[in-house]
Amino acid sequence: MYNLIGAGLIVIGAGIGLGQIGGKAMEGIARQPEAAGKIQTAMIIVAALLEGLAFGALFLGK
Amino acid sequence: MKIFQQSFRSFVLAILVILPTTIFANIAEGDGGRVSTKQEVEGYILHHLKDSHDFNLFSYTDDSGERKHVGFPLPVILWSSEGLVTFMSSEFHHDDNGEVIVEKNGLKFTKIHSKIYELEKGATAVNFDADHHATNGTKLLDFSITKSVVGILLIGLLMLFWFSRLANQYKKKQIPTGFGRVLEPLVLYVRDEISRPNVGEKHYRKFTGYLLTVFFFIWILNMAGLTPLGFNVTGQLAVTACLAIFTLVIYTISGNKDYWMHILWMPGVPIFVKPILAVIELVGAFIIKPFSLLVRLFANISAGHIVLMSLIAIMFTLKDSLGVAGATGLSFVLSFFLLLIELLVAFLQAYIFTMLSALFIGMAVAEHDHGHDLERETADVEDVRGDFI
Repeated sequence: MYNLIGAGLIVIGAGIGLGQIGGKAMEGIARQPEAAGKIQTAMIIVAALLEGLAFGALFLGK
Repeated sequence: MKIFQQSFRSFVLAILVILPTTIFANIAEGDGGRVSTKQEVEGYILHHLKDSHDFNLFSYTDDSGERKHVGFPLPVILWSSEGLVTFMSSEFHHDDNGEVIVEKNGLKFTKIHSKIYELEKGATAVNFDADHHATNGTKLLDFSITKSVVGILLIGLLMLFWFSRLANQYKKKQIPTGFGRVLEPLVLYVRDEISRPNVGEKHYRKFTGYLLTVFFFIWILNMAGLTPLGFNVTGQLAVTACLAIFTLVIYTISGNKDYWMHILWMPGVPIFVKPILAVIELVGAFIIKPFSLLVRLFANISAGHIVLMSLIAIMFTLKDSLGVAGATGLSFVLSFFLLLIELLVAFLQAYIFTMLSALFIGMAVAEHDHGHDLERETADVEDVRGDFI
């Protein structure tokens, strides 16, 4: 029961984080479309790091 | 004309690869009434996520109520208390609950939840405790050629064949033919977009071989996991842990003086912060980096398989409320679109693993020629100011 609540909290946190990353990246691309490639790469790396953290927490709480 | 023929052939091949994924549903065929559908689906999903000792394509119950399995057995290789023992997995007769006991060299073996146990001397059956753990059996060193090992060997041989052929084609002319034309842009992509910018212009040649191997290994195995063969190789912790350890060893060995300096005695910070940073950096380099690599790949692939199998199971769990046609249609549409997303995830995970490996290696081999002395830093600041003015 408690680990399900924990999983929910992790997903909320990760969701907020991913939303921030994606949203800011889109703003950046809209501002400077010619830098889209670089922004995308950086975005994917940060998203991957965040995802690793979230999955690690989910995995430990299982 | 020849190009047309070749592209037609590739198209047919792609259809042949993609179509059977919809027949995947056969695996979840229920045998009515024995246990509840929900429990059975859960059982199937958990069973699928684990490695198995035989290569089971599908199973069904025939008219006389007998369970039939279609597939082929694989060799079981064990290091028991009295040395090496080998036999074929068919001797377990698809039992996974410790009911069938195999006797070899006077030792008794049984299989419980994909793990093989050696029974104690004189025992004739497995005793379970309250949590369904065997009390009179010991776990063994298991070197069996399991389903995952078959997958790894198969993909390894396939990659050896594809890439050695591609390499040989360059000896004759500049442009590869056949399947090499698919591989060439991918190889160039990994070299120019992942390896070169992240590892650095000076050192990237040395590490591109490893990055290419890891990229294609993970990607092809991820895609093999989406076919009805039911491989779940990159969803095994042992496999992803092994790949992460390769990366760990490579960036630890190739780390230069500056890298170790930055880990053990961080320049440019007050002296009492240095030991604290050293602890954090050591934990980061040896535990967090490989752990994040291995957990990310494992969790993504496992989660994908669980969701895919659950969506396929909709046709059995919602059969009563939506009707057979409705439940099948819903399940088909949902699982079809999830498969498309999973194709993207398969590529993305291979890309991220390779990218982060390249980044970690790049951190270890980067040369800090700019130094950390104060003079130089103020000069940098002036440079930046100059840009704005």
